[in-house]
Amino acid sequence: MMLVEWVGPLATIQDLGRPGWFDSGVGVSGAADRASLRLANRLVGNPEDAAVIEVLLGGLMLRAERHHTVAVAGAPAQAVLDGIPVGHASVLEMEEGQTLRLGFAANGLRSYVAVRGGIDVAPVLGSRSRDTLSGIGPEPLRAGDRLPIGPVPRQLPLVDVAPVDGPPDGVLTVRALLGPRDDWFEDATALFAAEWAVSPDTDRVGARIDRVGGPALRRRITGELRTEGMALGSIQVPPSGQPVIFLADHPITGGYPVIAVVLDADVDAVAQARPGQRLRFRRAG
Amino acid sequence: MREPKSPWQRYIRAAGDRALLVTPDEPARAAGLADALRVSAPKGVEDVLPAAETVLVTLNSPDDAESVRREICALLESFQHEVDSGDVSRGTLPHNGSPEPLVVPVRYDGADLADVAELLDMTEDEVIAAHTGTVWRCAFVGFAPGFGYLESPDGRLTVPRRDTARTSIPAGAVALAGGFSAVYPRSTPGGWQLIGRTDLTMWDVDRDPPALIRAGGLVRFEVAR
Repeated sequence: MMLVEWVGPLATIQDLGRPGWFDSGVGVSGAADRASLRLANRLVGNPEDAAVIEVLLGGLMLRAERHHTVAVAGAPAQAVLDGIPVGHASVLEMEEGQTLRLGFAANGLRSYVAVRGGIDVAPVLGSRSRDTLSGIGPEPLRAGDRLPIGPVPRQLPLVDVAPVDGPPDGVLTVRALLGPRDDWFEDATALFAAEWAVSPDTDRVGARIDRVGGPALRRRITGELRTEGMALGSIQVPPSGQPVIFLADHPITGGYPVIAVVLDADVDAVAQARPGQRLRFRRAG
Repeated sequence: MREPKSPWQRYIRAAGDRALLVTPDEPARAAGLADALRVSAPKGVEDVLPAAETVLVTLNSPDDAESVRREICALLESFQHEVDSGDVSRGTLPHNGSPEPLVVPVRYDGADLADVAELLDMTEDEVIAAHTGTVWRCAFVGFAPGFGYLESPDGRLTVPRRDTARTSIPAGAVALAGGFSAVYPRSTPGGWQLIGRTDLTMWDVDRDPPALIRAGGLVRFEVAR
């Protein structure tokens, strides 16, 4: 068991989500930054889809109730084990009674704490992910929660530390493919010419972005779009012209045109973009 | 050498590199295509999401895009043959879920039943008879988990949404809007016209399936006794 002693803005349990429930109106959810979840799991020798804790802005303190092997990946929140700073993206051994506290990260937004054996709460519809939009899956963590940890896997951790770049803190460039509704705009390539900033209004559902320079997105077709399915990474443009990039817990359908979709490999980087961070889109395809 | 492009490709748009949005020329074909994709389950398809006029197909990996495009083209072409041979494609395709309609008992005492009757120039009894007298089909699910948009061949019950949305509609409320009927799976805000309520638990994550109404499923309403 791991005892949750303190939680900051938001800490949720996440795995790789619950694909396959569109016919019931349920989205995939899962880790907002999937690559960091996989890395954290690999570090402790878990299967890469094991459930971990996704921590927003470093807000978490855990106490081990027995020996546990843990790793922190994603945003490099300073990890402190019983008062001693320890390495990011490295294998940490917590003895019974020791505490792990995550401080704020200088860059990036979400850190991932994997425990060898995985967080073993009951799955809902096949996944342990908290879908913050639908309210499905385990409740966000609260101080006093005791998290069950699964049996340690046979596989042993292969490395002690993974030398990874943290999320970039300058201008973030992500690749996006035009469409499926780029024809609803006068000049959809204005998306690539403009510079954007991530708005403070950003969560697991989506990252809203404000235009800070360059051409505006102007609609050519002003009618109503019939409700249609929305893919992860969709850049949806409501009439206000302020786009939102759909992240893990996005609504599965929407009624505003999608001008372009961020490439799957670049969605993780959007999920780590901090409010105020500049963002540019590079045209793919 | 690239093989010649199928003429059906023009109905398939990329939605990024891991999803395809199919926009059939006949919007009514979307539901049938979604059913066919669920039944045939082409390799590489993660999930299928029908909506009003489109089908979103998500993929396991960007590498699956080309083969899935080809499978969708083949399905669209087979639909064309069925139409050419006089079959009505929607009626002949297998649909998802139970072949028997889900029976939903309804107490027709909704707050908007009188308004709906007036809007449609019908009596309340005629509204109830029209609502119970047709088999509804779930065209798609959206807005909230388990919220199915039900359509029927009987187009008489087409009413607009209310001018102002209610802040809370109880789970089980049976409602009409925009030609669709729906049962609210749980308590949410909403702007549909309420005509009744059911005691059925429409949504329960501890049940398999969690939603009683799923895309492609059939529904028949009856007056609760």
